Amino acid sequence: MAQVSSIADEQASTPLSSPKSIVLRISKFNPKLDESSKFMEFTVPYQKWTTVLEAILDVKKHFDHSVAVRYSCRQATCGSCGMMINGKPKLACFTKISELDSDVVTVEPMNNFPVIRDLTVGFEKLFEKHQKIQPYLIRDDSELESDEREFLQSPQEVEQYIQFANCIKCGLCNSACPTMATDSSFVGPQALAQAYRYVADSRDKGKDTRLNIIDESHGIWRCHFAGSCSQVCPKGVDPAMGIQFLRGYLLGFRS
Amino acid sequence: MTEDEHREGIKGMANPGRYGIERIAYLLMRLTGLGLLGYFIAHVYETSNILRGRMGWDDFLAMTQTTEGHIFLALVIGMCVFHTGNGIRIMLGHGGVGVGNPARPDYPYQPASQNYRQKIGIYSSIVLAAVAMMYGMAVMFGE
Amino acid sequence: MKESTIMKIHYGTALASVGLVAVHILMRLTTGFADSLSYENVLANYQSVPYVIMLELILILLAVHGFNGLRVILLELKQGRVYEKAVSYGSMVGMIVLIGYGSRTIIMTNMGMT
Repeated sequence: MAQVSSIADEQASTPLSSPKSIVLRISKFNPKLDESSKFMEFTVPYQKWTTVLEAILDVKKHFDHSVAVRYSCRQATCGSCGMMINGKPKLACFTKISELDSDVVTVEPMNNFPVIRDLTVGFEKLFEKHQKIQPYLIRDDSELESDEREFLQSPQEVEQYIQFANCIKCGLCNSACPTMATDSSFVGPQALAQAYRYVADSRDKGKDTRLNIIDESHGIWRCHFAGSCSQVCPKGVDPAMGIQFLRGYLLGFRS
Repeated sequence: MTEDEHREGIKGMANPGRYGIERIAYLLMRLTGLGLLGYFIAHVYETSNILRGRMGWDDFLAMTQTTEGHIFLALVIGMCVFHTGNGIRIMLGHGGVGVGNPARPDYPYQPASQNYRQKIGIYSSIVLAAVAMMYGMAVMFGE
Repeated sequence: MKESTIMKIHYGTALASVGLVAVHILMRLTTGFADSLSYENVLANYQSVPYVIMLELILILLAVHGFNGLRVILLELKQGRVYEKAVSYGSMVGMIVLIGYGSRTIIMTNMGMT
């Protein structure tokens, strides 16, 4: 059952001279104690610049200290605060309440990740799939000899992969992916985009190894270019582009 | 899929409302594919009525050459044209054609793969399907 | 069979069937839609060897493409060794049964066994 609470005048972090407030609905669920999740509602004032994360922390400070939320950098660098905000996976620190254009903001844990508690989800499977595609440079001569220098790359060669290296492993893409909604064995857009990041890196010689890893029944072929991963990526990685380029190698469009 | 993985399930796969026309195209591709497979199986079965001679064939025609049959066939035409057009767009995309080029990302981080070429491809498939349906109905009901 | 090989077949059957299905549909517009479906006209179509070959090709191409698509959708819905093997073999059986049934119609009609 929903519970509506308002911030008392003397306790508000945001000055109550701001006339604007929203109802923040937070999903509360402890898998060890609860049978299903429930929403708790809080009225929270906000300014033009207030982010969803700040609103959640306001609630945590003034109403319900037990709200479990993962966050760290508050500047869309660490990828910790991914959650469903009004039905779409977003970073809470990177989403302003004013941009949502709604009097009610509903926050829930990211889909397709196991819930630890409330808004916090487990990332073990994401890391497992990331490691599966061997996210490091593969080459025979990776140990530097004394007279060798660093591997050289032209600016054009860097441009081929730098976009995909921006991935902060926030998991929003995996949450948005329609295949991940039903297929627990699917590698996922995050891992596939990272596979392309290394394949496209001119220093890497492990293209065939990685292509063999993803060429399986729950690998790259279960991506159908719905593009939702790219729609939600907060860092402009555009995993859908990387995945199609990677598939181009398998189909013979690229060599 | 296990409950504790908090997966959306079919509801998530079939919910096209949040991510733009590309996600809608993905759902339509699945629905038209399944619809066409069902029609194909029925079509192969129904056309085997030719082996029952003139009477068998005329019985089959009496069932399908009706108003409902024509409307159904028009829907099949629409599904076929959309599935074909969108399928060609997807096949080219799967080869990396028309998905943009990698570049250093900059705010507001608009994804290059969700570009106007893809949107034109999807909307064209929908429009062509509608035109094909209208032409099909004109042919079938025009006689 | 590697998944990439299966998917290349999926794409190949799709591209190959586009033109053939277009011809199959256009054949119905040659003499007027209703007339083209008359018993005599359909029987005459089946007597033409190039048309019969085209029909057989469409049957095989679309059966492969359709059942592989179904296999992909079913594989994504549920996972597990036994289920996945059942889906893969079930799709192949469905494909073979449909091709067999359709080929029976084509061959028997072509041979005048109506």
